[in-house]
Amino acid sequence: MLDHLASIGTRAEAHRPFPRFDLDREAWAALVATLAEKPDWSLVGLWADTGIVHMALREEASDAVAVVSLTCPEGRFPSVGGARPAAIRLERAAQDLFGITAESLVDPRPWLDHDSWPIRLPLSADPPDPLGHPQPYPFLPVEGPGLHQIPVGPVHAGIIEPGHFRFTCNGETVVRLEQRLGYVHKGTEWLMAGRSVAEVAKLSARVSGDSTVAHSLAFARAVESATGAAVPARAVWLRALMAELERLANHLGDIGAICNDAAFAYMLAECGQLREKVLRAADACFGHRLMMDRVIPGGVAVDLAEDGRQVLAGLVADLQAAFPPLIHTYDEKASLQDRTVSTGRVAAELVRRFGAGGHVGRASGRGQDARRNPGYAPYDELEFEVPVFVDGDVNARVWIRIREVKASLGLVRQILGRLPEGPVHAPVPAAAGQGMALVESFRGEIMTWVAVREDGIVTRCHPRDPSWFQWPLLEAAIEGNIVADFPLCNKSFNCSYSGHDL
Amino acid sequence: MLKTIARNLLRGPVTMKGPAPAEDGIEELASRLDRAARTRLGRSLSIREVDAGSCNGCELEIHALNNVIYDLERFGMRFVASPRHADVLMVTGPVTANMRDALFRTWDATPDPKWVVAVGGCALDGGLFKGSYGIVGGVGAVVPVDLHIPGCPPRPIDLLAGLVALVEAAK
Repeated sequence: MLDHLASIGTRAEAHRPFPRFDLDREAWAALVATLAEKPDWSLVGLWADTGIVHMALREEASDAVAVVSLTCPEGRFPSVGGARPAAIRLERAAQDLFGITAESLVDPRPWLDHDSWPIRLPLSADPPDPLGHPQPYPFLPVEGPGLHQIPVGPVHAGIIEPGHFRFTCNGETVVRLEQRLGYVHKGTEWLMAGRSVAEVAKLSARVSGDSTVAHSLAFARAVESATGAAVPARAVWLRALMAELERLANHLGDIGAICNDAAFAYMLAECGQLREKVLRAADACFGHRLMMDRVIPGGVAVDLAEDGRQVLAGLVADLQAAFPPLIHTYDEKASLQDRTVSTGRVAAELVRRFGAGGHVGRASGRGQDARRNPGYAPYDELEFEVPVFVDGDVNARVWIRIREVKASLGLVRQILGRLPEGPVHAPVPAAAGQGMALVESFRGEIMTWVAVREDGIVTRCHPRDPSWFQWPLLEAAIEGNIVADFPLCNKSFNCSYSGHDL
Repeated sequence: MLKTIARNLLRGPVTMKGPAPAEDGIEELASRLDRAARTRLGRSLSIREVDAGSCNGCELEIHALNNVIYDLERFGMRFVASPRHADVLMVTGPVTANMRDALFRTWDATPDPKWVVAVGGCALDGGLFKGSYGIVGGVGAVVPVDLHIPGCPPRPIDLLAGLVALVEAAK
């Protein structure tokens, strides 16, 4: 892939660690055509800047990652959505924020813009006046005898984030689900542009509250790549420690919540206790239950508390004793299995086409894990399993989480055993550049791209949450299932709204 | 599973003791509650949670209130699925422009007497997102706020203290 991109474009300077190639319009169009013949080249991200569109690609076999860019002064570029459907929503978002239009975009409806902002095209060079009043959003038409629609949201019945789901059903069976998101759009990318690295780090920590460590880490690593910063060894290991604690807390919470949605509240009660133990250990070790603002460019903001090792060793021992009986319970209860086995299937082919990762990808046979490929320190020195299942149902997604809990416990133990001494932070050098990082959150791969000026101002930052490639698959997962199984499917995915809407 | 249940029965509850009511919460609420709700509220309270734009951090900690450690229900408080059943709206996030209508309509659908508790730094004034085109400000920019529980996100214990204050002020 890299050779091909080098042959059709010019390599840009100061883009680290992955190469970036500037393409002209013809080369971009040719690349889109090539993508149709190269199922092995998956989409990693697509985002705009003023007058430019960027796309990140990965060659699965060699795990080469590269960015291609097209300068489009007229604000138009050949759409990638036809060849890679995962790009469609990203293209719609770029159109809403930058006014950069993907030509022959399969679905040109606005996505993040609900016609309620005081400006239009907020990130474009010259934002036009807003429209006067909200326009009705045209949902996709569904016609046929016996079909009815159930609109749900944006305010849902539980304690969850807002979004709208439009179910078209035949009796209880869901014929089509259409999502409408964007309700939590806070203008995060607009706020990030033109601010200092420290300020953007704080915003990055709040892209999605449940992946605050992973998003902070992705931003920090992107900045460190862009500026050539060196991170002290102890900080690198502490970051991994925090990331694994975050993974543990989220998976434990979700396993309980999925079972609760199958009316098995016992698991929620038990797993909720274990999750609380992880959060309290994180609080005791790093001074914040979710470890927000702990990972910063150049290292980490706080060192492990003095008794941190004992606290975490105790936590691992507790979980290793308490978790296996719960798994046994999950596995032996027919009433629970009846709800999760074969429910909410996602085909392996779809997962591959969308380049979905995390528990959604790994439950449907796609074993991509950014900790391994392309990999980053200290995971190259650690042993851990990346579980892969092929059933693609709710049960498989639960099992991925179960196995990842076990793997994370092993990782925490290894990290505690090998944690190096030394400083935990080094200043980020004053250097300009563009950087990109791939980080594995509990949900899947986060891609963060950043452009930094020499004076430490971020001119553009684009965090791409794994949810972008998982939300569309939820629409596919529910098809043919009954309405009552939607909470179960939804929880087993647990996509982020905030991370997606930004 | 039976073993775990038996062990749990013998070991007794894991629930922690309730916190003291937060002073600030009582003060903020006192004047309003004194007038309107002293006799009406009692010790039973139904809460409808609305995420109006948060990063989900506050939701994670609000969820924790329901776990067996904090066990909110022992205070007579519970989360309900509909604003029609609610006495209290617990609102998080800087209110996004895209959620303004939904938040107002949820508040409008909640029967009187009702109270609004704004949770987290963003809910006060937009927090880190202040100044963005995408938000309309804190919760108070859309609906009247009776109590604010600060924090990013507030710990479950702070949420609990705020809620206990709400109920005690209404006794």
